[in-house]
Amino acid sequence: MSLETDLEQIKQQGIEKIKEVTSEQQLNDLKVKFLGKKGQITQALREIVNLPAAERPAAGKLSNTVRDQLQSLITEKQQQLATAALDRKLVDEAIDVTLPGKNYPVGHPHVIQRIIDEIEDIFIGMGYQVLTGPEVEEERYNFEMMNLPKDHPARDMQDTFYITSEILMRTQTSPMQARTLEKHDFSKGPLKMISPGVVFRRDTDDPTHSHQFHQVEGIVIDHHITMADLKGTLAQMLKEMFGDRLEMRLRPSYFPFTEPSVEVDMTCMNCDGKGCLVCKGSGWIEVLGAGMVHPNVLKMAGVDNQEYGGFAFGVGPDRLAMLKYGVTDIRDFYLNNLKFLTQFD
Amino acid sequence: MLLSYEWLTKYLQIDLTPTELGEKIERTSVEVDSVTQRQAGLKKLVVGEIESVVKHPDAGHLNICQVAVGAGIVQQIVCGAPNVTVGKKVIVALPGARVAGNQKIKKAKMRGVKSDGMLCALDEIGFDEEIVPDEWKDGIYFLPDDAQLGDEIYHYLGMDESLLDLDVTPNRGDMLSLRGVVYDLAAILNQPVIFDETPAPALGQQSSATDISAAAPMELATQYQLQVVKNVTVASSPLWLQIKLWNAGIKPINNVVDVTNYVMLKLGQPLHAYDLEKITGKNLQVRRAQSTEQLVTLDGTQRDLDDNDVVIADQAGPVALAGLMGGEATKVTAKTQQIVLEAAAFSSVATRKMAQKEGLHTDASQRFERGIDQGNVTKALNYAAGLLQQIAAGTASQGTVVGQQTPVSETKITVTPLKINQVLGTSLQPVEIEQLFKRLGFEVTPTATQLVVTVPTRCWDLKLPADLYEEIARIYGYDHIPTTLPVTNTTQGRLTEKQRLLRQTRRTMEGLGFSHAISYSLTTAAKATMFNWEPSVETSMKWPMSSDHAVLRQNLIAGLLDDISYNQARGVQNVSLYEQGRVFFRTQAQVRPIEKEHLAGAVSGSLASANWATSAEPVDFFQLKGLVEQYLASLNLAGTIQYKPTSTVKQLHPNQTAEVWLADQLVGLIGQVHPLIAQSFHIKPTYVFELDLEKLALAPKQVQHYQPISAYPSIKRDIAMLVGEQVSNAAIEAVITDKAGAYLQSLTLFDVYAGNRIPKDQRSLAYSLTFSNPQATLQDEIINQKIEKITTALKTEFQATIR
Ligand SMILES: [Zn+2]
Repeated sequence: MSLETDLEQIKQQGIEKIKEVTSEQQLNDLKVKFLGKKGQITQALREIVNLPAAERPAAGKLSNTVRDQLQSLITEKQQQLATAALDRKLVDEAIDVTLPGKNYPVGHPHVIQRIIDEIEDIFIGMGYQVLTGPEVEEERYNFEMMNLPKDHPARDMQDTFYITSEILMRTQTSPMQARTLEKHDFSKGPLKMISPGVVFRRDTDDPTHSHQFHQVEGIVIDHHITMADLKGTLAQMLKEMFGDRLEMRLRPSYFPFTEPSVEVDMTCMNCDGKGCLVCKGSGWIEVLGAGMVHPNVLKMAGVDNQEYGGFAFGVGPDRLAMLKYGVTDIRDFYLNNLKFLTQFD
Repeated sequence: MLLSYEWLTKYLQIDLTPTELGEKIERTSVEVDSVTQRQAGLKKLVVGEIESVVKHPDAGHLNICQVAVGAGIVQQIVCGAPNVTVGKKVIVALPGARVAGNQKIKKAKMRGVKSDGMLCALDEIGFDEEIVPDEWKDGIYFLPDDAQLGDEIYHYLGMDESLLDLDVTPNRGDMLSLRGVVYDLAAILNQPVIFDETPAPALGQQSSATDISAAAPMELATQYQLQVVKNVTVASSPLWLQIKLWNAGIKPINNVVDVTNYVMLKLGQPLHAYDLEKITGKNLQVRRAQSTEQLVTLDGTQRDLDDNDVVIADQAGPVALAGLMGGEATKVTAKTQQIVLEAAAFSSVATRKMAQKEGLHTDASQRFERGIDQGNVTKALNYAAGLLQQIAAGTASQGTVVGQQTPVSETKITVTPLKINQVLGTSLQPVEIEQLFKRLGFEVTPTATQLVVTVPTRCWDLKLPADLYEEIARIYGYDHIPTTLPVTNTTQGRLTEKQRLLRQTRRTMEGLGFSHAISYSLTTAAKATMFNWEPSVETSMKWPMSSDHAVLRQNLIAGLLDDISYNQARGVQNVSLYEQGRVFFRTQAQVRPIEKEHLAGAVSGSLASANWATSAEPVDFFQLKGLVEQYLASLNLAGTIQYKPTSTVKQLHPNQTAEVWLADQLVGLIGQVHPLIAQSFHIKPTYVFELDLEKLALAPKQVQHYQPISAYPSIKRDIAMLVGEQVSNAAIEAVITDKAGAYLQSLTLFDVYAGNRIPKDQRSLAYSLTFSNPQATLQDEIINQKIEKITTALKTEFQATIR
């Protein structure tokens, strides 16, 4: 037996054994057995001294080659074992990703507040101030200054909660217009404002009536403000809220504080203007009231009605929300049923 | 007001369908609530003639009728009506017919006898009970004798007419008559108006003044006139007149009353007819009633009068409520022969108040409230008297008796085309504007720059130039007005700081898991004052609709508890809600309350609902407090927030409630709802807070300035101690912070324990302190000294045992 044959045998044996290894421990044992200080290759090397000097370099080279070969096989096997171990671990960690996530509390905005915020943003973008007035008003601002003197038939249109004969729950947010008109210095520029808030009517609550609801009223007063400007402004608002495809039309109406007064209709969203139950077959839905500010309103607020004029409008966010989302009972807005509130984001 | 399309077509050339006309009126004048036909939904109703009537063998109240419905076609119909009469033309519902209420008529057997259809009363073909003449109330209806057998019945009864229901606004009283609508439509359709209203001349020789005298003060009636009509024959009106009335929603009574109503419909002038012979003293005067007086009105109601009521009185007392309704005692009956007709213009304010007080809204009061054409009073009166000659065979006396006649003149309003275009945004030529006024029947006198417009008395509500701008706008058409945006000097639109705070508050609360609730500001007296830390007087409504909404709230929490109650009663157990809104405080001396913006939150059940991975921890004080702390932190307030225990708020748990202080101001409350209150609202244990946003909005904010992040390592130390359980965390933290010095960066309480492992009445608290110096590496020794100082202080102040 030559050393060469021995080494070849060791090599073959090593290759076989390494192949069969299934654990890190076995691999370590093999490493000691073949490459360790007392391992077979070291043993074989020791025998080189017994060889003729001329054969020694070749034998040394061969044993180094065998050692390197086995070493690299062991390293390779080590990596294989590590990969297999990780794979097993990852398999063990498998989860059902279709299980639901943990619950975290989520709050929802109120749909009416959302609409009010939307209207505010539209008008802020057009350079309007947002002014909120008191909910408990003086009769003077709520009625008299709005061209609704005592005994005016239109007062019947607005049943009122009185606190005293002069103090009442505002029936509209327009008293804030009167309050602002009184103070505004027109030499410093036009008045462009909206006034959002809650209003009250002495009404019995039912699906279409609520003793409390919301309004956003707006007014623009300057030298040359026209009915055409009113049309354009309202069209802009409705376009931003409901999209481009809906049309708008004006119809004559009556409000004591405007003259001319108009009711504004929009294409029925429910049927796209074809006619349905919601629009009573007309294809149109009444969305707001507006008009050119009555000269008496300006006069009573101390504004020169020859020099200045403008338009005013009033929108009902409750009504808009009902139209936009198909809500059929106005009382739903005030019951705060979570099954209702959480439907809107 | 119901108005017949067919009646309108007698005066105007209308090429539009009734629906199209309705739309046109709606776009130009007043709202049209509906366009309907009385025949809608009815089917197979034909004219028949009763040929024979035989008593039903087994039912005494039923008759077996043979009814001809065409040449040689006879139907056997069993009928229970008391008035079946041989030879009468009747309404036959054939088998397969549809009658009122979408009811289908089938061949049937009635008590064993074949019945092929039904003989109909007016209510059975859809006539509202309120318009069915009394004579037809209890039996089948008889059609005119010349009605053609087998014809559909609709035309005979005006049921094929299209009825437009106009919703007349307070400013358009002129639209409450055929005449007014015809004039308005003429302008809309650009047609000349032909409206024949010439009264027939009075045939009598005597003057009305021979039989009656009248007096009316101007403040109660600006017009008051009477005309006498003698020797009338009271009977049912001719069918054409009855149709006119019932198609306007008015019940035919008798020819005299019907004529007054017809003239009102046609000309807009309410009229009243008295039985002249029942007028005591042959004098009528308009006056205020006395509080001792009473009147039984035509509807049979006895009314107690007072001096708010305006009445027509004879020598014996009130005979009519002015502008509302006549009296029972002087009404026209079948026996009446001598008539006095009254035409007046009563005060709209007085009429409105009376109608409200009496709860009596009539066709007359509706018109007087909006005003009437005062230039047409005499003419309307004469017109009615003339009709009574024709229809009731009466003889009208000459002239009228005038109790009051305030001069009426046409209004002249000066406008400029320039201003009209400036207001409407149009560019109409003066001649176009002139043309539009002429379409309305207004005379126009142009000057160099102005138009002087003469408005006839039939448009009494037009007084100001602005009123005329509206006339131009609507007749010209709102669709033709251009669409522009205002051109003004630049204005800046933005929310105020407070408005931004309110918005930010809502966003933050929603981010923290609360949904936005909007509750009613008006609540019960009890709920209004709950959870209140500010003394306030109640603000109550004078006439609330119900005690549930009678008093202005002084807190938001009670409303949220109502909401929780509503949700939990419907199976939603976990409720987290917030509300941001006004509360109302008042001192005895103030009439108007001060309005403050508050924020409140309430959590009942768990914040997050349970699932396989989440356990539904019931909410506790510290969970809610954590949320409040997060919210307050988001405001970046400069002042220190402190929570001070309180047991003074009756509706909150006496030992789980804190006042929230910002620097030296009380700004809110947080705590558990008292179990008894929770019980009264039928809710589970609930934690709430309420904050005064006015104070938070005004409070100084921290100046935000970048702090360099220290490059040097920080040092962490823990201090654990045993202290008496009455020693509060706040007190301990105050001592630690005080002694720790400037390098203390954060202080965290990481453990609290009370229980078996430590002495009773004590608890164990453990804090983690982090020190750092941005300028240099901290020396352990320095920190050791600080810790030593802290522990010494804790020992002396609280007898703490450091562990
Ligand atoms: Zn529709």
